Formats: sequence, C-alpha cells, structure tokens
Amino acid sequence: MHTATKAPFKDRAKAALADRTLKLAIDRTTGTAETKRAAAVANFPEFQAARDRGRAIKDHVIANLGHYLEMFEKNATASGAQVHWAVDDAEARAIVTRICLDAGAKIVTRSKSMLGEEIGLPHALADAGIERVETDLAEHIIQLAGEPPSHIIWPAMHRTREQVADLFREGHNPPPEAEDPATMVQSARRILREKFLGADVGISGANFLVADTGATCTVTNEGNAELTTTPPRVHIVTAGVEKIVPSTAHAFALLRLLVRSATGGEMTQYTTFHCGPKRAGDADGPEEMHIVLVDNGRTRMLADEFREMLRCIRCGACMNHCVVYRQIGGHAYGGTYPGPMGSVLTPVLDGLAASRDLPNACTMNGRCAEVCPVEIPIPTLLRAWRTRSWRERLEPGSLRGGLGLWAWAARRPAIYRLGSRIGVRVLRLFGKGGWISHMPLAGGWTGHRDLPRPPGRTFMEEYRARQKGTRK
Amino acid sequence: MPGKPNPRVGLFVTCLVDAIRPQIGFAAIQLLEEAGCTVEVPQAQTCCGQPAFNSGDDRDTVRLACQTIATFEGFDYVVLPSGSCAATMVHGYPELLAGDPEWAARARAMAAKTHEITSFLADVMGYAPSGRRLAASATYHDSCSGLRELGIAAQPRALLSHVEGLEMRGLPGNDVCCGFGGTFCVKYSDISNAIVTEKAEAVEGTGADLLLAGDLGCLMNMAGKLHRRGAKTRCFHTIEVLAGQADGPAIGEEG
Repeated sequence: MHTATKAPFKDRAKAALADRTLKLAIDRTTGTAETKRAAAVANFPEFQAARDRGRAIKDHVIANLGHYLEMFEKNATASGAQVHWAVDDAEARAIVTRICLDAGAKIVTRSKSMLGEEIGLPHALADAGIERVETDLAEHIIQLAGEPPSHIIWPAMHRTREQVADLFREGHNPPPEAEDPATMVQSARRILREKFLGADVGISGANFLVADTGATCTVTNEGNAELTTTPPRVHIVTAGVEKIVPSTAHAFALLRLLVRSATGGEMTQYTTFHCGPKRAGDADGPEEMHIVLVDNGRTRMLADEFREMLRCIRCGACMNHCVVYRQIGGHAYGGTYPGPMGSVLTPVLDGLAASRDLPNACTMNGRCAEVCPVEIPIPTLLRAWRTRSWRERLEPGSLRGGLGLWAWAARRPAIYRLGSRIGVRVLRLFGKGGWISHMPLAGGWTGHRDLPRPPGRTFMEEYRARQKGTRK
Repeated sequence: MPGKPNPRVGLFVTCLVDAIRPQIGFAAIQLLEEAGCTVEVPQAQTCCGQPAFNSGDDRDTVRLACQTIATFEGFDYVVLPSGSCAATMVHGYPELLAGDPEWAARARAMAAKTHEITSFLADVMGYAPSGRRLAASATYHDSCSGLRELGIAAQPRALLSHVEGLEMRGLPGNDVCCGFGGTFCVKYSDISNAIVTEKAEAVEGTGADLLLAGDLGCLMNMAGKLHRRGAKTRCFHTIEVLAGQADGPAIGEEG
C-alpha cells in the first residue's frame, strides 16, 4: 500500500520487541481474546459442525462468485442502491472520492472497515480536502494518534488505557473530566455525536453482502455503524467481492463463527442489514446508497494457490493465537492486514518482493489454522509464498548457497555421513563442557541461547561401531 | 490400528539426533526392541528435507523425499524420534509428490506406515515400559508439528505415566510454540528469542526438575535458553526417560 519508505521488517520487529508498553498492551488484549474465544467454543458444542458449514458456504460462493455477484448487483439495484465495480485500490478510491465530492461533502463519517484501509481511503479523503471522522472508538483513538490499525478487530490494541488517556487529554476539547474508561468513553461519545449529525456522507464496510436481497450487513458493538450510515444524506459501502453470501441465513451461519472467534461473544450488540436508500414513508435513512465492490487482487487469488484465503471472514483469531504477532504486534508487519492472515494477503496486495519476510517470519506451528473458523490452511499458504520466493530468487544468496550445498550433500549419504563426522568435531572446538556459548557465523543462535555441544561421534559412527562389536 | 506381531522397523534417526544427541537414537532402538520390533538403521538415510521444504526449495525437497522413500519403503514401518520430521514424511511428501504419476502412490504408501515413535509405541505396538523408576518431577512441552499434524498429545503422557516415581507437572502454554521453527530461529533470531524467553519462564515457573519434549530441535532451543538464563532444569527427549536413560547426562551435560 502507499506507505512511505519503511524500515526493513527485521528492524521494525526489533523496535517493536524493545517496546515494553506495546508488549503489555498486546498481552492484555490477545490474552483476553484467547480466553474468551476458548470459552465461547467450549460453550458451543456444534462448533465443529458450524465450522464445516461455514467453510462449505465460503467454498461454494468462491466457486460461484460471478453468479452471486450478479445476483447481488441486480437485487441491490432493485432496492435503489447504486452498485460500482472497482478493479483495484486506485479505482475504488477514485469512485468513493467522486461520490463524496459530487455530494458536496465537507465532513465524512466512517465506521471501521479494513477494506477502506486496504484501498487507502483515509489518505484519499484527506487529499480531496474532506474531513474524515472515524466513529469506531478504537479508530477514533488511532485517528488522534495518527496511526494505522494494528489489529483487524481492535485497531488500537497497541495502545494501553494510560496512553489513550494522554491522547484524549490532548485531542478532546474540552478534555475528559477524569481518566477512567467510562468518563473517557463519554467524552468520545460527546465529540462523535456532533459529527454523526453533521456529516454529509457516511462510509461503512460490510461484513456480508447478501446476494438474494441486495443488502449489506455490518456488525459492531458500539452502534457507530448505524449512526454512520443512517443520518447522512449519502451512504457509501466499500466491500471486497469475497464478502458475498447467498442469503441472510448464510450470513447468520457465518456470524455464529465470526463473533465467537473474534471476541468470544455469541452475537454482536448491533447486527444491521442495510437494504437500499430511504424509501417513501421511511422515518430515516440516506437518500443515496452506493455500494463499491472491490476486487484488488481477489479474482487473481481465485485462480492460484491462495484461493482458500478468500474464505477469510476477518475475525482476527489467527493473530490472537500467533506467537510472532504476540511479540511484535501489528504495525511491524507493515501491511494493511497483520498476523498470519496478513502474511498471506500482504504479498497479494503489495507484491512478494516487498513483503517476502512476512511468510518467512513464521514458525509454522499451525495454531492459526487450528483456531481459524473457516479452516484456512494458513501454514500451507505461507509455504506456497516461500516456494514462490525461492523460485523467483528473492531469498538471500547466502541462504540459497548454504541450503544448496547442504542439499547436495544430503543426496549423497556417504559424503553426508563424512560431513557430519567432520562437522561435529569442528563444532566441539567452539565449546567447553557441554555447551557452546559463542561461535562465529552462529550468532543467530548463540546470540540468545547456548548450543548443546555435540559428542565426539555421530549416531551413525557409534551405531556402526556397536554393530561391529556385536558381530565379533 | 493392530500392529504386526514382530514388525521390521526402519529407524530414521533424523539429522539432529545423528549429530547432536545420539542417545536418543539408541533409546529408540531399545524401546522398539522391547516392543517386539526388529530394528534396522539404513545407512543411506540423511535428512527428511524439512529445511528445504520450509524454505520453499521444493526441487531439493522432492529429491530428498524420493531418496528417503526409496530407502525406507521396504520396511513394515518407518519410525522417527521426531514429530516434525515424521509430519514432513506423512503430510509433506504426499503433498509435494501428488502430481507425480510414479512417486505419488509410493509417497502415500510410505506415509501410511510412517510414525513418530511415542505414537508408534503406544498406538501401534500397544507398548508400555515396565520396571522404570525415576524420582524426579518433570514437565512436558507439546511440540507443534507432532501435536497438530499428527495428533501426538496423549501417547507420550500415557507412556510416561508408567515411569514410577516420576511426578508430571502441567506446563502453562504447553501447546504454544517454543519459537524454534527450524531456520526461523536463526533467520528471525530476535523474535525467536522473545518467544523462547516466555517459554523458559513458564518452564522455570513449574519448578520441575526435568523438561521433556519429543523433538530435538525444540529441546535444543529451550534447553539452550534455560542454560543461558542459569536455570537448573535438565532437558531430555521423552524416549530417553522411557528408556531409563535419565540418570545419565541431560542435553548440554557431558557424559
């Protein structure tokens, strides 16, 4: 995405690791998320059956994407909404900006949408001279901080309550009267309420696009999506094409998985289906409703080995359970989407050359796939990126050379055995007693931990010696 | 899964055990023989190819996969003292060779008879150690590949329950990765260090005398971190304890 020149991934990760406040914030949020998800799954005996169903729904839609998108367009148009198609992020930004300018918009409210982040909407609105007001509480926090989201469900999860108090003291006029959460939330409500009622255009994302009704569905716990989409004269929805489901019943089948996997709740506080603009006799609602359907690499994924990633319902469980995410947080990943799902998607969106570290910076422990509500084999997809990176010669020459030499030897057992025998003897020279604490070219290991010093003989040597001994 | 009465087992010792801790290989032979197997160690074995597989070097992985299949496919069973190497052979080989008309079937056939050792002993051979005593407390880390790709969790615990005097203590976050990840631990050493530091803290928090696990890579990572931190925890592969070798030197102790 259009981020300015970024430090390399390893430097970003190192900086994140050194930030103990960040670690505290990550531990608080992901720890709670993990506990609550586990409880929600334990209280839902049909979880595996629901997962199977969710996966089947997504696979069916992915296999028939064109059919359902056309059905959606027809029904959404019949409801009075205008449907727009955007091939990529630039086209999506242009469409949304044009609608805002045509509406004479000075203030635009936005309810949290990762797709909006993906297409670079915040910057586009600023460039068009339009005041953007983020209405999700966490998005409000990071807007005050001038930061992108660090998590797809809790965009401000990298900020501790204490840091939020500082941001509100500086960013709210008048500042909150106290720094307890309730008072701070009241202060944000007061400020946002004026904006809700004064906005010309409201922009939301969509958790689901319902093909047979043409409705878009948003889920929130704060009610900000309803206040973003109802009072302004114009409502714009931006959504990725993979958000389509055949019917409302299918949306609810996926909601059962989404909410439990994301927050551990059974249902969000607000689940709203937006179907067309205000009709004659309606008490409220926007006069115009626009739905911008965004491809941005998704149909390309349909045809390649990353197809299963289109199942993703953006719950965030993979990152909450990822040992790497829990150490470095979301910003270090450098893309719109962090964590395991982001490490699959960022190379699609930003190109592999710019993001090859992401699929590599994973231990392949498989916990992300274990908790994924739609059973995306994330490690397999990350490995597919590694394969491409290897084939396209994006991996460092030292690794390619070293691994190539090792593989050459490993295909010649006699040479490999000899190499191992020499190797353990050389290794022994670097240590005393049972351990090696420092070794040239092995700082990646010995910089942080000791290396067990190998015994003088390999297993194969010892085994052959014992075999000869028994035969005599 | 009923086992054959006196199966011929090909032992794949794994490259790490070969170089760093041969005792694990001999513990495997002892336990397999106690369980009634005839054990052979083919000299043509090298590495399962996992470092190449996880680096995206599919061409070399395929070559090593075919070599390993050719070396081991004649045995009744192939057994490894490692969940991650076993998972590479059980899942990785058939996946990589799926499109190859000759090797796909051979990869699937070998995958079907390849087992991590504790699951082989418990599930296939119905083995339980007897007469083993060890007055110590121990905690167990579930290595990720074995746990999630092969379902190894109950078997090592069941086998360890037959060691008299061994008090098992739960490890908080027992199923959370230790940060090893093969080449990950040196490629992204700062992140790996942060992960293994939390693991070491959890292990130390149990106060157990021993840390046990089923994969030498994870064990080297955790043992190396525990030693660097000055912890007194002694680290063993599960099967070393099952074979009655825990009175000998632990990982990083000279014999």
